Amino acid sequence: MSSAGLSGSTFEPQWTLPSRGRVGMVSLIAAESAIFTIFVVAYIFYVGKSLSGPMPGDVLTIPIFNSICLLSSSLTTHLATRALRNAKIGSFGFWWFLTLGLGMIFLIGTGREWHRLIFEEGLTVSTNLFGTTYYSLVGLHAFHVTVGLIVIAIVMMFTLLGKVRSKYSERLDVFSMYWHFVDAVWVVVFTVVYVIGR
Amino acid sequence: MASDSIAINSPDVSTRPVSERLHDWVVTVDHKKLGILYIVYALGFLVIGGIEATLMRIQLMVPNNHFVSPEVFNRLFTMHGTTMIFFVAMPILFGFGTYLIPLMIGTRDMAFPRLNALSFWLTAFGGFLLYFSVIGGNGLYGAGNAPDVGWFAYAPLTSRPFSLGHSTDFWTLGLLVSGIGSIGTAVNFITTILCMRCPGMTLGKMPLLAWLNLVMAGMVILAVSPLTAAQIMLCVDRYLGGHFFDTQAGGSAVLWMHFFWIFGHPEVYVLIIPAFAFASEIIPVFSRKPIFGYPVMVAATICIGFVSLSVWAHHMFTVGMSSYANSFFTITTMAVGVPTGIKIFNWIGTMWGGKIQFKAPMLFCIGFLFQFLIAGLTGIMLAASPFDWQLGNSYFVVAHFHYVIVGGILFTLFAAFYYWFPKMSGRMYSETLAKWHFWLFLIGFHLTFDFMHIPGLLGMPRRIYTYEPGRGWEIWNLIVTVGVLFQIAGVLAFVGNLLWSLAKGEVAGNDPWDAWTLEWSTTSPPPEYNFARIPVVESRRPLWDVKHPEDPDWKYE
Repeated sequence: MSSAGLSGSTFEPQWTLPSRGRVGMVSLIAAESAIFTIFVVAYIFYVGKSLSGPMPGDVLTIPIFNSICLLSSSLTTHLATRALRNAKIGSFGFWWFLTLGLGMIFLIGTGREWHRLIFEEGLTVSTNLFGTTYYSLVGLHAFHVTVGLIVIAIVMMFTLLGKVRSKYSERLDVFSMYWHFVDAVWVVVFTVVYVIGR
Repeated sequence: MASDSIAINSPDVSTRPVSERLHDWVVTVDHKKLGILYIVYALGFLVIGGIEATLMRIQLMVPNNHFVSPEVFNRLFTMHGTTMIFFVAMPILFGFGTYLIPLMIGTRDMAFPRLNALSFWLTAFGGFLLYFSVIGGNGLYGAGNAPDVGWFAYAPLTSRPFSLGHSTDFWTLGLLVSGIGSIGTAVNFITTILCMRCPGMTLGKMPLLAWLNLVMAGMVILAVSPLTAAQIMLCVDRYLGGHFFDTQAGGSAVLWMHFFWIFGHPEVYVLIIPAFAFASEIIPVFSRKPIFGYPVMVAATICIGFVSLSVWAHHMFTVGMSSYANSFFTITTMAVGVPTGIKIFNWIGTMWGGKIQFKAPMLFCIGFLFQFLIAGLTGIMLAASPFDWQLGNSYFVVAHFHYVIVGGILFTLFAAFYYWFPKMSGRMYSETLAKWHFWLFLIGFHLTFDFMHIPGLLGMPRRIYTYEPGRGWEIWNLIVTVGVLFQIAGVLAFVGNLLWSLAKGEVAGNDPWDAWTLEWSTTSPPPEYNFARIPVVESRRPLWDVKHPEDPDWKYE
């Protein structure tokens, strides 16, 4: 087979294709959304079906400060990646560090909440259906926050070592899609667990 | 015909020690090697799953038989179903996709080669984990045993009191791990198809195989993820004492059914859509005509993808749902037959008036057309919920879905094997042996699965260990088991053909079928970089354009 016909043609199409990172991340987010949907459905299905206490209304307090921290970390990520696109490395480092801090505060807050629920209220995974669904759903989200924070911490380390350049900004754009997704999931989890389920 | 590869003096591969060549295969990120790894791995499990099926058929051959014990029988049907779906059908179809997609869209590898390798090894170790249960099922305090909860593992069979030891844990973890691998593969397929096409190949000019695999990958993402979620919940129940599926604590066994079948039914389409893809590539080439109704084929596939996400509860008519739910799922299930019917008409339309060459791949595709039609018709019968109340969980259902999976998917897979074997190995297979394979397997298939409908209609439930004489089931079960012998003979002809052809087959050349898609423009087997120069295409049949410059396709598209 002569390749002339296939590659030496006079026909030269305009050819741009979508970014691999973005398409891959969108696909991953779709898969993650499906996983979270199943957990959310299970949570809603089991609201009020626990046979014994403690019930959500008795033990849950609304984590307002925590939520503000996590949601504002989306904004700081956005500002950080914008700074990186404009090659402002110092500004990037500042916003990125803030993102890391806000994420850590959220995770510590969740840890304190769980500590209180387990040791003061006596609620564990095996106590009742509320415990099972609550720790699974919030835990699955916290797991995603943890994965995100590990990536953020690695990038932070590279920033401190001076290895982050603006040419890598697209990679961090792709990662920030993941972080925005984790935040959006929190909005759903918050609504389901602390508003509807309570 | 000049070869489309650069002459590179590569070190002679065969002189290197075996350990080094093996190492190459283990660490490879090349989509062609990974594709072949997937296929070989799945063929290994096909033999294991086939042996399990054969043992079950020997047990059921005559009434009051005690060839295996009841406990072993439960393990056999669980392992047979799980193996065939998750460790044969999925990996073999992913293997063909991994091998063919980059070649057909004119690129050098998948979008994420390392993710590709990770996905394969996750799938592989998922299978090993499942079979490790045979050794480690009871943990440290007893002999091993395999999972025995059925392939859909309904609650409460999977709860601790009913499933002691670790056999169910191996089942859960095996599926969890291979499910993550499948999601990785799906992400990779979507990204590759959307972002790596060669210049000129717009979405409307992609080969149908790429289109159908794109839809399949989207369905994997939406369908396998719920299974992963459900397996996590089952792990929480079994390891942490959770109550998701524990009816004693207010949990729901029916919720597991919903979650499983939200995965389970789209899964059937995840498997059949790549089979459609093979038929859509092979039938035109051996009919010497372009595919009939390309845009309609694409639209019908997308339509199947959407509708099949809302049919899952037809597996649950006998559980007892509201009449509204029954009506809804009856209607959606029947509706999915419409786009599927359109596809069958399009394949027949492709063959209509063509110069049909009855080579082995085409024979298997024609077998597929007839058998898939019958499988679809029994599917419509079972979709009617009152009919299903009578026949749900009977051998009629078993016959129906084996008609889909063996008569539909396995037949097109054999077609795909023969069609792309020259490309993958560089050698032609033996047409005589392939014809033997086709006819033996066809006879065996029809003996087994045609006659399996009848004991179902006579009331024989699936998964029973044995049965009393005098219910009129004996003769049918005997015929079904005799059919298995023909199928085994057919598969032996297939394996023999592959091995013989790998060593002694005629050299195939680049394009033994005078075909039209890009994989045939490079050498057989393709070099590691696939194409020396990235091709530019102007139509759906780029090689037709090259071979017929006086009458190219792009004038009409």
